[in-house]
This record gives sequence, C-alpha cells and structure tokens, in this order.
Amino acid sequence: MSELEHYSLTVNGVERQVSDAWIGESLLYVLRERLGLPGSKGACEQGECGSCTVFVDNAAVCSCLVMAATAVGTQIATVEGLNDDGSLTDVQEAFITEGAVQCGFCTPGLVMAVHHLLDHNDSPNEQEIKEALSGNICRCTGYGRIFAAVDTVISVRKGVSS
Amino acid sequence: MTITKTQRDILGSSALRPDGISKVQGDFAFSSDLHAENMLWGATLRSPHPYARIVSIDVSGAWKIAGVECVITAEDVPGQLTYGLISEDQPVFARDVVRYMGEPVAAVAADHPETCRRALAAIQVVYEVLTPLTNPEHAIDASHEPIHPDGNIIRRQRIMHGDPTATAPIVVEGTYDIGMQDQAFLGTESALAIPDHDGAGVEVFVATQWLHEDRKQMAKCLGMPEEKVRLVLGGVGGAFGAREDISLQVHTALLAMRTSRPVKMQYGREESFFGHVHRHPAQIWMRHHANTDGRIVKIEARFVFDGGAYSSTSSAVLINGVTHTQGPYQCPNAVVDGYAVRTNNPPCGAMRGFGVVQACFAHEGQMDKLAAATGIDEVEIRLRNIIHTGDTMITGQVLESVAPLERCIRETAAMPLPAEMGSHPHELDLPGGSGRTADRRNIVRGIGWGVSMKNLMYSEGFDDYSTARCTLTNGSVELKFATSEVGQGFVTLAPQIARSVLGVDNVTYDTIDTQIGSAGSTSASRQTWMSGGAVDGACRMVRERLFEHVGAVHNIDPLRLAIDDTDIIDTVGTLRISVQEASANFSVSETYEYHHRKTEDLDENGQGNCHVAFAFVAHRAVVDVDVELGLVKVVQIATAQDVGRVLNPMSVTGQIEGGIAQGLGLAVMEEIIVTNGIVRNPSFTDYLLPTALDAPQVVISMIEVPDPQAPMGAKGVGEAPCISVTPAIVAAIRNATGKSIDRCPVRPQDICF
Ligand code: FES
Ligand code: FES
Repeated sequence: MSELEHYSLTVNGVERQVSDAWIGESLLYVLRERLGLPGSKGACEQGECGSCTVFVDNAAVCSCLVMAATAVGTQIATVEGLNDDGSLTDVQEAFITEGAVQCGFCTPGLVMAVHHLLDHNDSPNEQEIKEALSGNICRCTGYGRIFAAVDTVISVRKGVSS
Repeated sequence: MTITKTQRDILGSSALRPDGISKVQGDFAFSSDLHAENMLWGATLRSPHPYARIVSIDVSGAWKIAGVECVITAEDVPGQLTYGLISEDQPVFARDVVRYMGEPVAAVAADHPETCRRALAAIQVVYEVLTPLTNPEHAIDASHEPIHPDGNIIRRQRIMHGDPTATAPIVVEGTYDIGMQDQAFLGTESALAIPDHDGAGVEVFVATQWLHEDRKQMAKCLGMPEEKVRLVLGGVGGAFGAREDISLQVHTALLAMRTSRPVKMQYGREESFFGHVHRHPAQIWMRHHANTDGRIVKIEARFVFDGGAYSSTSSAVLINGVTHTQGPYQCPNAVVDGYAVRTNNPPCGAMRGFGVVQACFAHEGQMDKLAAATGIDEVEIRLRNIIHTGDTMITGQVLESVAPLERCIRETAAMPLPAEMGSHPHELDLPGGSGRTADRRNIVRGIGWGVSMKNLMYSEGFDDYSTARCTLTNGSVELKFATSEVGQGFVTLAPQIARSVLGVDNVTYDTIDTQIGSAGSTSASRQTWMSGGAVDGACRMVRERLFEHVGAVHNIDPLRLAIDDTDIIDTVGTLRISVQEASANFSVSETYEYHHRKTEDLDENGQGNCHVAFAFVAHRAVVDVDVELGLVKVVQIATAQDVGRVLNPMSVTGQIEGGIAQGLGLAVMEEIIVTNGIVRNPSFTDYLLPTALDAPQVVISMIEVPDPQAPMGAKGVGEAPCISVTPAIVAAIRNATGKSIDRCPVRPQDICF
C-alpha cells in the first residue's frame, strides 16, 4: 500500500514506534499485529462485545473503534500492562479462582472492565455491576462466575482496607 | 498475588484451569494470535446471492494489486472439490453455481488485511441470479427444481411404534417454530498454515472441535496423504458446534502451499456468520393423545428441519429430533415423520443440543397443552408420564441409562421462588433493561416448566472412540490426547483423573495435535465420558505397571497394592510407600483407546438401538413481562440436572450457567433473520446476545446418581442445560400473558399483538 504512516504511541508507559502503517488501522490492530500485544481480542470490531477493551487516558474504550493514529499523545493501557512483574492482580486472581474463565476470549476485556469499575466505585451494587459489564459479551459462562469474581474482589478489598 | 491451594486437585474438587493464568493475563495464544515469520494474510470472496449461476470469474484485477501473492478459485483445488462431515456435498469453492449467500467463490493471500480487501473487491464475478428455494415445504413437495445433484431432501426418517391407530379421550396438538440460532462463539474462525520446506506437506494451527476429522477432509481436498497434513489445536475461543464442520481450513492450507509462505486467515464477525453452520430452524407439528389421568397414549409428529444449501450434519440432527419426539416421557405408540431438506438458506448443522432443542420445544409445549386440557398441573402431568430405566422408547430401544428424572423435577419444584417485584423496582431490573422503557404497571410475572432428555455421544452405529496416552516418569505424569479444548475444561479434568488414579500431583499435558489417535469431536456432551474414559484407561494401565514394579521390588503380589492418596499401600500388609518414591527411576507409558458400546442404525420404521446413553434435566423459569411493550426479563431459572457424578463442581456450574444463557438467548432474543435467502442481521449489533443485564438468577442442584455405564460414573453436562430452559421460559411468557405462543425466539409482536 502506498499511503503509509509513521507515529509513536505510549503503551503501558512505554513509547512505541509504529512504522509503515496504513492510516486506516485500528488501535486494536496496531496493538495486536504491530506491537506484539495480542492480549486485547477482536470479536466483533464494531464496539459491541468489549473483548478489545483498553484504557486510553484512563477511560475504558473499545480499541477496535479507535483509529490508532488518533491515539498519538495519549496514555494507552492494555491487559499486558496491568502488572508489570508478571504477577496477578486481584481481579485476575478472582477470575481464576471463581471459575469466570472458560474459553477465555472475553476474559482480558472483562478483566479490564472490572478493574475500571472497581477503580471508580469500590462498592457497586448489583445493578451497577451488571450495567458496567453489559458492554462485555461472554458466550461461555452465562456471567454467573464473573459476578462471583467481582463480588470476591469487592469483599477482599473491603477486608484489606478495613 | 499468588493462588494458594489447600487440597489436592483430584476428581470431585474444583480444580482450577491450568490455562487460567495465561488467559487472564492475555498471553494465552488463541489461533487468531498466532504469527509466523514472512506471513501472509488470507481472505475469502463470498457470493452475495443465495442462488445464482456463475457465468464467469475474472481474477486478473486482483493480481494487479501490489502485495497480492495468490488468488485461487475452484480451478486451483488439487484434490476432491467437495467436502462434508457426513456426505461430501459442499464445494471448497463454488464453481458453476452458488447455493447460499456467503458461499466461498475465491480466496486471496496478500501482505496486509487491507490489501486482501482490495483484492477481493477487484475480482469480477458475473452471476446469473436464479430464484432461490427458501421454503422447506417446497423442497418436500418438489415444487422447486433440485438445487443440488443430490436432490432437495437430505434425509427422511419415520418412526412407527406400537399401534398407529391408538387414540385416547384427550387430544392436543400444536405447530411449533424454532428460529435459526447462531453459536456466536467469541473467537471467530482462524487458522495459520505453514508449508513444509519441501512443499510436500503443511502444518495447520486451527481452532476446531475435531482435529482428525478436519485433517481427513483437508487431505482429500488438498490431494495429499493424511500424514502430510499435521494439525495442531490453536487456542479456541468457544465452539458450541460451529467448529464441527471445516470452514477456512482448506483455503488457508491451499494458499500456504501455493505461495510457499505461512498464511493466516481470520474471519471478522460478519464473515463468521456466513462461515459456519447454524442451529437448524425447524417446524414441528405434534398431536398427543392421552387418557383423562394425563397419561400419554400416542404421539403423532411431523418434523421439518431446514438444512440450508449443504448437508453438513443435517441427517444426524434429524435423527436426534425424531427420536426425542417423546421427550423424557413414556409413550407406547408413535407415528412420526421427519425431513431434513436442502434450501438456498444458510447451511445448518451442529449446535449445542443438536436437534433435541427443537424437539424439546415442541414436546414441552404439548405437555403444557395436555396439562390445560386435563386440568392437571404442569409438574404433576410431567411426573405422571416420566420415563424410567428399563422402559422402551419409541425407537424400540430400552433406556439403560440411570434416569433420576423424578428427583430432577421434585428438587427443581422445591427451590424457592424469587421475591415478587416491589412497587419501585430499579429500572435495570425491569424488562428492557438498559432500554429503561418498561412501566411497572404493565408488568406481569409468569412461571413455566421444561423437562428434557438428551442423548450423549454419537449415534447410529458410529464408533466415535477416543485415545489418550499416559506417561509416568519419576513421579510426574504427562498426558497426551487430541481432545479439543474449546473452553469446556477438559484440560482441567484430564489431570484430575490422573491424580486420582495414580496418586501423583504433578500432571501436565502435551500439545493437543494429530500426533496421537483421534479423540473424536468436542460435541454431543461426549468428552468427559469418551476422552475422560481414555485418560482413565491409560492411567489405570500405567498404575498396573507401577504396581508390578513395586510388587517385584518388595516381593508382594501386585494385586494386593492400591493407591491411598499419594501413597501405594499393601492392602493386606504394612507396606506404604509414596508414589513419588516408588516411581523414582521408573518410567512407563501406555496408550488407551476408549470405545462406547455399539449402537445400530434405525430401520425404515425408525426402530433400532441407535443411542448410547441419556442425561436428564428439569428447568423452571420465572419471567417478568411488560405486556404492552412485549418485553421480557427472565428473573430466575431453577434447575436440577442429572450429572451422574460431579467431577469438578465449578466446571459443572459454569456449563450449567453458560448453557442456560444460550437457551435464554433462543427463547427471547437470538435469531438469524433470513428473507428470501438473504441474511439480514450478520453482526453483533443486530444479532442480539444475552449480556450481563440479561443474566437471570440461576439456582442449581446437581443430581448425583453415578451411571455404571459411564467410565467414572459421570455423564456429560454440556448440552442438557440449554435444552429445556428455552421451552420453560416460553411457557412462563405464556403463563404471564395468556397468549398461545408457539415459536421461539419470542418477539415483542408475539406478545403485544
Ligand atoms: S472487538 Fe471491539 S467491541 Fe468487539
Ligand atoms: S469465557 Fe468464552 S466468551 Fe467468555
């Protein structure tokens, strides 16, 4: 293709060069295919499933809907950057221990969505949890174990802070 | 944080997924995450018409685009031009005629997905559009010309059982329509094909349900011996039946062979709707004859499954449908006729529940009609008719499986109902959820029932065996199997089995690929039984060899030895030695093939021992309906399921909750809408899936009566949850609205008008 661009993105605190990229590439594509960060998943590329959820300047967004070149100058955070040292966050741990993971395709997006919810509201009620997660489709679990994981994190965080 | 564990991960424990950490961290490699040096992207050109003659294909425009490395059509298929699971009737690429919207016509390989898109747009196909056959009845009455050399009827099967003239004082009948549901796994179809350096073979990483069957079909179409086609399971993002048929496998491999470069193909969501088969839409008529005490005397039925353009597994889906006409009830006399037909609608095949979902929707609608006609309550009428172990079914087959159906129904009935809706509910709890449209004053609550039985494993004489190898070395075990892990958790279960049988804790599993015998498909609720049986068998053989070794060392008859937790003990003596110690410097490897008992074809009257085993389940649904807007909120599902034995409570819970969500989808929102052969809603914007806001409260009881025919007493649990939940929800909507609704999904207009 002729119309190729060069730009840099700040991902998980690190400045990354993007070279020879087609201008039409989504942030999801660039993260996955150019920057070696396949943790964000694409299941609809239409903003409907939440599998591609990342934080752009601390807002949870569908990376499939963001043109990568428009994210220049922002702080982008992906699932790979949740814990630099390779250990698990409390949300990740609860997803495993409560059985919220089956095929796991929705999981990185949901982990991001749950972090986003609980970082902004430490004691959401049932409706707030459901509404916050309603943009993330999971086809395997029926959501029951995902709710259980959220509840676990809420009570563990409360126990720690009280 | 680190996860600390307090108990051994043996059978019966909620062992955690071995792939859990990589999945939550985003570094689990799904097939769509794979890369290879110098890789090209592949893409498929598809027919925009449901039925058309191909006049010409001109690919020269695509070749002119910089970055395009390969363009292929039917002319380039080196081997067999068609493929299929049961009959090989589906072209790799359409040649003279396209028979459904979305049928592949050509494929390209290029340096970038966008180059691929431009290349596809540059291919000129001239079509002569034909009138599609879209009404399945026209396939049956032959009022439309044959759309395929094999004709328009894929299979017809009748069942004649008992006295066809029998009748009884109470007669109820209904015609039920079931919509076309999509499996909608989240991880769309994807594969990476890497050609061998010598050009004579290919390695393909693919998300599939059955590696060996894929390989068989691929080798034929590629014109290569099977051993030159090696398949490795790429991480699978859900399946639910949609990966039983091959999709992009041949295309990807062929592009890689032609370019001598690795090629990756990955469908977007819209293409995924066209790229795999769906749940068959069906129309089912049933007439039940019963005595005034509610007991069924005879069932008459007619089934029409719309198989779409190619046969896929339609003939097996039909058999599952007609043989489950009676549901989990006794029925001495039956007259059933069933068709699976070919139309120019999207091809249909396997989806969780496989023909039984459709049959159950009809028979449960009939049970409620019978309840109304006899004045007997819905629970009581079902209890009066339930089938028991030893009863003869309408196929003449005697039910051998453990059948704790009465417990399923009674325990479900005993579960507490949810609280009544208050006068000022949270708006998100109202029907319509995030739409925030419903009005409390128009909301009516309803309760409904659904009960079902589902066959396990493959039927009609098919030997769907599974293979596993167990290697014990220095106290550690490595397992090998070709069982597709699609999310269901076999990779959790297999090590649990090894730990229980062998008393070891360190158990790993090797790459899942075709370097061992077939495991059969991850479908038909069969892997716990079949591959679980194979792993169990291999581990037992290894244990025998270990006992021989220990017996020789300690001069004890090996028959006296047993595993006690992580030790080997002499059951009549004092020896106690840890498995770890006993297997030091000892290595043994055994392979086991597990076969289920033989089954038979049905004869022309639908008689024969065609199924292996059955599982049972009851569902009670509570719904709130806004009767003015036609919106439904499923409040609670109570269920008691016959599981045989619980091998991993958390996994079983996940299967039950997940299956219920899919059944809920079919009840109130999920339908691929097809008009005149054109798919109207191939996206997640227009094809609605249950979200967190749609998830009901689920109350579960797992009924444990170990089945002596099952390797570990455990029945497969994957399909039962999604079968009778759909009719239960629709019955609850009928109960709330007083309307006779005989289709699913239920749409607002079915409630309001
Ligand atoms: S892939 Fe971005 S929302 Fe579905
Ligand atoms: S675990 Fe498979 S989609 Fe959520």
